[in-house]
Amino acid sequence: MQTTLSPSLPTAGPLSVLRPAAPRFYDDGTHHPPSGTLLGFWLYLMSDCLIFAVLFAVYAVMGRSYAAGPSGADLFDLPLVAVNTAMLLLSSITYGFAMIGMQQRRVRAVLGWLAVTGLFGAAFVGLELFEFTHLIHEGAGPQRSAFLSSFFALVGTHGLHVSFGIVWLATLMLQVRRLGLTQANRRRLMCLSMFWHFLDVVWIGVFSVVYLMGSLPVTA
Amino acid sequence: MSAASAAVEESWLFGRLTWQAVPLHEPILLATFTASALGGLALLALMTRYRLWGPFWRGWVTSIDHKKIGIMYMVLGLVMMLRGFADALLMRAQQAVAFGDSAGFLPPHHYDQVFTAHGVIMIFFVAMPLVTGFMNYVVPLQIGARDVSFPFLNNFSFWMTVGGAVLMMVSLFVGEFARTGWLAYPPLSGILADPGVGVDYYLWSLQVAGVGTTLSGINLIATIVKMRAPGMTLMKMPVFSWTALCTNVLIVVSFPVLTAVLALLSLDRYVGTNFFTSDLGGNAMVYVNLIWIWGHPEVYILVLPVFGIFSEVVATFCSKRLFGYASMVYATVVITILSYLVWLHHFFTMGSGASVNSFFGITTMIISIPTGAKIFNWLFTMYRGRIRLEVPMLWTLGFMVTFVIGGMSGVLLAVPPADFVLHNSLFLIAHFHNVIIGGVVFGVFAGITYWFPKAFGYKLDPFWGKASFWCWLVGFYLAFMPLYVLGLMGVTRRMNRFDDASLQPWFVAAALGAVLIAVGIACFVIQLVVSFRRREALRDAHGDSWGTGRTLEWSTASPPPDYNFAFTPIVYERDAWHDMKQRGAQRPTEGFRPIHMPANTAAGVVIAGLATLLGFALVWHMWWVAGVAFAAMVGAAIVHTFNYRRDTHVPADVVTQTEARRTRALARLGVRPAAA
Amino acid sequence: MTQARDDAHGPAHDHDHGHEGGDAYHATYRGYLTGFALSVVLTALPFWLVMGKGLPSPVLTSAAVLVFAAVQVVVHMLYFLHMNAKVEQGWSLLALIFTGVLVVIMLAGSVWVMHHLNTNMMPVHEMKNLP
Repeated sequence: MQTTLSPSLPTAGPLSVLRPAAPRFYDDGTHHPPSGTLLGFWLYLMSDCLIFAVLFAVYAVMGRSYAAGPSGADLFDLPLVAVNTAMLLLSSITYGFAMIGMQQRRVRAVLGWLAVTGLFGAAFVGLELFEFTHLIHEGAGPQRSAFLSSFFALVGTHGLHVSFGIVWLATLMLQVRRLGLTQANRRRLMCLSMFWHFLDVVWIGVFSVVYLMGSLPVTA
Repeated sequence: MSAASAAVEESWLFGRLTWQAVPLHEPILLATFTASALGGLALLALMTRYRLWGPFWRGWVTSIDHKKIGIMYMVLGLVMMLRGFADALLMRAQQAVAFGDSAGFLPPHHYDQVFTAHGVIMIFFVAMPLVTGFMNYVVPLQIGARDVSFPFLNNFSFWMTVGGAVLMMVSLFVGEFARTGWLAYPPLSGILADPGVGVDYYLWSLQVAGVGTTLSGINLIATIVKMRAPGMTLMKMPVFSWTALCTNVLIVVSFPVLTAVLALLSLDRYVGTNFFTSDLGGNAMVYVNLIWIWGHPEVYILVLPVFGIFSEVVATFCSKRLFGYASMVYATVVITILSYLVWLHHFFTMGSGASVNSFFGITTMIISIPTGAKIFNWLFTMYRGRIRLEVPMLWTLGFMVTFVIGGMSGVLLAVPPADFVLHNSLFLIAHFHNVIIGGVVFGVFAGITYWFPKAFGYKLDPFWGKASFWCWLVGFYLAFMPLYVLGLMGVTRRMNRFDDASLQPWFVAAALGAVLIAVGIACFVIQLVVSFRRREALRDAHGDSWGTGRTLEWSTASPPPDYNFAFTPIVYERDAWHDMKQRGAQRPTEGFRPIHMPANTAAGVVIAGLATLLGFALVWHMWWVAGVAFAAMVGAAIVHTFNYRRDTHVPADVVTQTEARRTRALARLGVRPAAA
Repeated sequence: MTQARDDAHGPAHDHDHGHEGGDAYHATYRGYLTGFALSVVLTALPFWLVMGKGLPSPVLTSAAVLVFAAVQVVVHMLYFLHMNAKVEQGWSLLALIFTGVLVVIMLAGSVWVMHHLNTNMMPVHEMKNLP
């Protein structure tokens, strides 16, 4: 990013060669600062990391406060969670394939893989909504105990993020279809890529800490 | 289910909003409302009369120029300072008279709103906008850039901050504000103890403003990382830009914590979850722990930029480069990291025990060390410098004495056993006002005086500046030194009356101090008016307003053109402008090219307006309105992303004419470009 | 020279000195499939441990689950997010590490502090001992 010192030579007359070279203090008008979009989006993801960190911290503190109500072991359907995890993991590589298509500038490949990604994402959200509805019907809604409040907050926030991601994905598909793989659209696809993979990273934390560890018995 | 909301009749459109929400029976509020309404109408009338709506919309509301946005932040902060200070006067007046049988004029439920509003306004809508305004205005100029990385986001961030302020101000006239103190600890802020709208106003006001702040943090980090002029490595960057970088890092990593915690409290209030309730597994201490994980970095967010301002001011007015640049940078970075390790000192008395308290007590003492190093660096800069006691330098000297005293009382409080006596006493109040006023407020006034000529083309009148300074300085000591004494005597904070009349003299002294500060604020307002009227006499035609500027903003005209720099500067040394002056750099006077600039947009104010409406609707349980507002927000954002043409060009001949005007102005001052 | 790039202008030009942000890495099928395979293994193992009661004590199982999670996060960072020290001149990695440190401080700190607070301030009363 730093230019080397390029002394400008004086221009006047034959004696100009005797003049000491002076450094240029202003560029020639061609300097263009690089785009900060990808870095900026990464920084936003870091801030999102901290929101999830708070929710994890709350879960860590309150995750065993069952208030004489149902615990994780009572409620969690681990096979369903495994299916959900698979949906999200698959959606991650299908997005990856979309990015490869983008590198090769193949619009139809990109749109196709994005659509598949969206479907996996929708399946994830759908299964999660099904799970939530079931829990609430069983009387294990977010109001039942601090454990359940923190469960719904953490898993729900993640699900909300995925839902926003799907809306963004659909919008971006429209934009790519309309304008093609312009530089602006490629940047947006890269941002959504970071977002999507980041959500999968958070999910690793969720299924490990909430579902798996939450299904284990409390040690004395 | 919240039992309280079931008791209030809610209409499908207006939720729980009824005419009874307007406090017509409270004389103070009625008077304030009438005065504000009349003033507001007068302003609207003037704008219509002078046909200012068009220029206002095109030149300011939709502007993505960092300079305009920076100025608007400053205006917001200064206007809200008047409201926040009015709350302070109310409190001082109440506490000066309410002893023994006299109950004063502010009953507890009203007094509690006043001190809550005072804290929220001063932190979120005065200090934050003011430091953000400085960083927005100055950083791109200092690093040789033409704008920030994300100009639209910058505009949006500003209007979100305004939205939060609007929600706060509306609470004064429609409904009530929270009575919980500025951090709204549960269970007092929970739905059972406080089912009214006050806490909800607090929550949504801060959530809306918080989004703006977080985005602004991301924006400035990306700007400083990506948009520095060629040759400006990080260690050649001005110190103010360094403090801005660290401040924005703190913003990005701490404000999400606030967002999450307030969201959890909102869930408790709206959905009936049990995060911070007293039953079903809830734990109010979790709130206190988490909110201070945000709260401590927040105070460093407020103070680091002003440390940067003082560094610039001292170097400029001592005509000497800043002593110990590297150690200043390291100190700032160390403070940034350590600020994340001290939060528990805000609740030593909550009962975490000796081992936890000792750890945080020690880290708190350690964090005072880098700040001390900075004070020494400023003193060493002054040593053997050619000190000019211009008004910014006066504020700086006042800061150095006042902040050190406040810092020392902080180290005293950092000792857990001492804190057990002094926690939540007036000693604590005195300490944090000492550092915030001595640090942030004095720094803001130093910065305003210092950069005003750059922003507006004329200096501020020095006489009224000095008057304001002395009133603030003496007024501050008169207002807060008694509070140290009272705190040591055991007087608790947030009380609206006391039985012990022997305390009264101290409170009367404090009230007099507050009046003196009010005079200081009046002097500042007068200074603005007088300076505007005398602006030709105070004109800065050169651009290097104080003559001894060292950083790149002083190389531009006052005020700078929209595009800041016709050609991007190339940097070789620290204090780049000083270096250019030393080496006889010549300002380019020809060969100008069209300059790419971002275009104005209404999307920011529209989306922020909808967010504010959403907040208001949620406060009053107007679920349909909230739903529509939310959908409209998402829709507007999506529509905005379909706009790919967000930029414009400044044509080359406009640039040529602008620069030629400056060349002529400089020539009139005897500055001529050398022969090519 | 700037005329040719007129179609993709923005105020902070996306020239990136001729590259997009992708010049620090190149996505490949092999990379994604390797990451996927590793992730499947690192997911299946903890699920099997918890569902099949593979380890004797819950504490050991918890620790194993956390270790697998941490490793899988790294896998995702490397194979899916293409994290390395060259992306954005190292600023991405710096931001990630800084955030990671703060997350650890926040989680560990909160658990430590709350444990002490709960022990001291939320004692469980034996009902029969109340006066």
